[in-house]
Amino acid sequence: MSDHWLVRPSTIRLLWRVFIAVLALTVIAEFLVVHHPHFAVESVPAFGAWYGFVACAGMILFAKGLALFLKRPDTYYEGEEGRDA
Amino acid sequence: MPSAWLHPGLLVIVAGLALALLRGRAREAVALVAPLAALWLVLAAPTGIAWSGTWLGLEVRPLAYDALSRLFAAIFAIMAFAGGLYALNQKSRLELPAAYVYAGSALGAVLAGDLVTLFVFWELMAVGSTLVIWSAGTGPSYRASMRYLSIHLLGGVLLFAGIAGHVAATGSTEFTRLALDAPAHWLILAGFLINAGAPPLSAWLPDAYPEASWSGMVFLSAFTTKTAVYVLLRGFPGTELLVWVGLFMVFYGIVYALLENDMRRILAYSIVNQVGFMVTGIGIGTEMALNGAAAHAFTHIIYKALLLMSAGSVLYATQKRKCTDLGGLFRTMPLTTVCGTIGALAISSFPLTSGFVSKSMISQAAGDEHLLWVWLALAAATAGVFLHAGIKFPWFVFFQKDSGLRPPEPPLNMRLAMLLFAALCIGLGVFYQPLYALLPFSTGYVPYTGSHVVVQLELLLFSGLAFFVMLPMLRRTLTITLDVDWFYRRLAPALAAALLAALRAVGAVLGAARDGGMRRIKTGAHALHGPQALFARTWTTGGMALWAALLLAGYLLVVYL
Repeated sequence: MSDHWLVRPSTIRLLWRVFIAVLALTVIAEFLVVHHPHFAVESVPAFGAWYGFVACAGMILFAKGLALFLKRPDTYYEGEEGRDA
Repeated sequence: MPSAWLHPGLLVIVAGLALALLRGRAREAVALVAPLAALWLVLAAPTGIAWSGTWLGLEVRPLAYDALSRLFAAIFAIMAFAGGLYALNQKSRLELPAAYVYAGSALGAVLAGDLVTLFVFWELMAVGSTLVIWSAGTGPSYRASMRYLSIHLLGGVLLFAGIAGHVAATGSTEFTRLALDAPAHWLILAGFLINAGAPPLSAWLPDAYPEASWSGMVFLSAFTTKTAVYVLLRGFPGTELLVWVGLFMVFYGIVYALLENDMRRILAYSIVNQVGFMVTGIGIGTEMALNGAAAHAFTHIIYKALLLMSAGSVLYATQKRKCTDLGGLFRTMPLTTVCGTIGALAISSFPLTSGFVSKSMISQAAGDEHLLWVWLALAAATAGVFLHAGIKFPWFVFFQKDSGLRPPEPPLNMRLAMLLFAALCIGLGVFYQPLYALLPFSTGYVPYTGSHVVVQLELLLFSGLAFFVMLPMLRRTLTITLDVDWFYRRLAPALAAALLAALRAVGAVLGAARDGGMRRIKTGAHALHGPQALFARTWTTGGMALWAALLLAGYLLVVYL
């Protein structure tokens, strides 16, 4: 393989496995630490995990929805060239 | 004590003017020593009013130190030093002097003890920053700098009107906490918020900053918005409106950055997002929240400058700024990749980075005040920061695909500046006590508790999972997303053009009517007075006698009737 070791499919597979293991560890670790919740919702198991995922998915979907109305080619403002230069 | 009579801001401004004349080693020495001298002055000066006097019959205190102003002045001086180091090899002869005048006036604004001095430095900042954008020397940068200046002059007018109203009503120029009980104070708030990048005019920031040079945007990211955070901290702490303004900025920044393709526009939207966290903290207004906002401004300046230094290095080496053109640069720019990633982790508030110890105070304050919705929004936004800046920026610029580009690392001075700020991002995350000691209040807050670290890691890592799972939806395209600048870049010129066309049409109709009228008058006059016309003809003697006789007969009739 001439390409960098970091982009080989085997490395990427390994990185995914490590990532999923770390995700699982954070959820397990939650049961090992003492919590001082301010709100009831914080006591729902793995709150940070599912809330983080759902919030991000929601923001991505909202952005895609907004893009339907507001997306333009990046040459959109180029008509300005030469008008006042 | 030089700190009693020497003004750190004026020192940096004078150094900036000197930089315009100097060359070679002398230029480098002044660029590096002046900000360090300013930093020393700021840290050595005793708390209190150093300069005071009267000007135009107004009490002014051009130099005053307290915990809050010292914190901001210190980070501004550190920023000017690192920015100067990074920009030493900038070819433009205008940019570094302009950047130092800009940095010096930002120092002057935060060290101003009265509203008059604040306004003077505020406007000087607008001039300095406009010149920084302008010095990129391209057509788009010139036009962007003019739009930028227009918005900031508008903000300056609002601020001036507000200050004038406040001074007229109270007779005092002192810059203290202001309540939203008078139109003048609303005007001051509006002037401050324009510089903070708050709605509705937030688009000035992502419109103008990315048009600056590779080094120019590093300076721009630090001073204008953070000076606005400082004046909001001092003038409007605990103003509830700011909670909602701040949360809007937080999500506006995330959503627009998610859709953006230009790497430095991603980071520009991310500035609005980060300032949103600070503005929210100021709105909450407890000691914990205000400490959080101030600390977050401090750490944000460092990691955002670091991110922009890594983006600037990529721009410097490749001349490319779009994510669609970049990718795979980690192969030949490992140091830039590592530094950019450290900045990305710090902005995402990863444990052991500076963002973690500062931003968590704002969330903590929302929790302490039992503001459930604010707290939930801040938690979602924390995950969103990792999404739009923490992963998106390094992923699309340094990894993603192999763009085929093999650019070299940037020159030594740029690498050193990145290393310095990367070290500070980690250093402040681990040894946070010196930063906490500089904060305005003493709250005894402890950032590293097991629960806080674990929940934060969950939020961030599952945000990362969302990024990679939904990567196909985030694929970059050659697009921009319309923002409020559309109103003054497209709608207003179109309306002006339409108005002009309508006026021209009305003018044509009126002109035709005028020409027709003139022609009728001319023909009519010719018909009566022309050479052969009724009134110009010679009359016969008989005719004259007849008309005279008729006239006299008529006269007789009138007399005798």
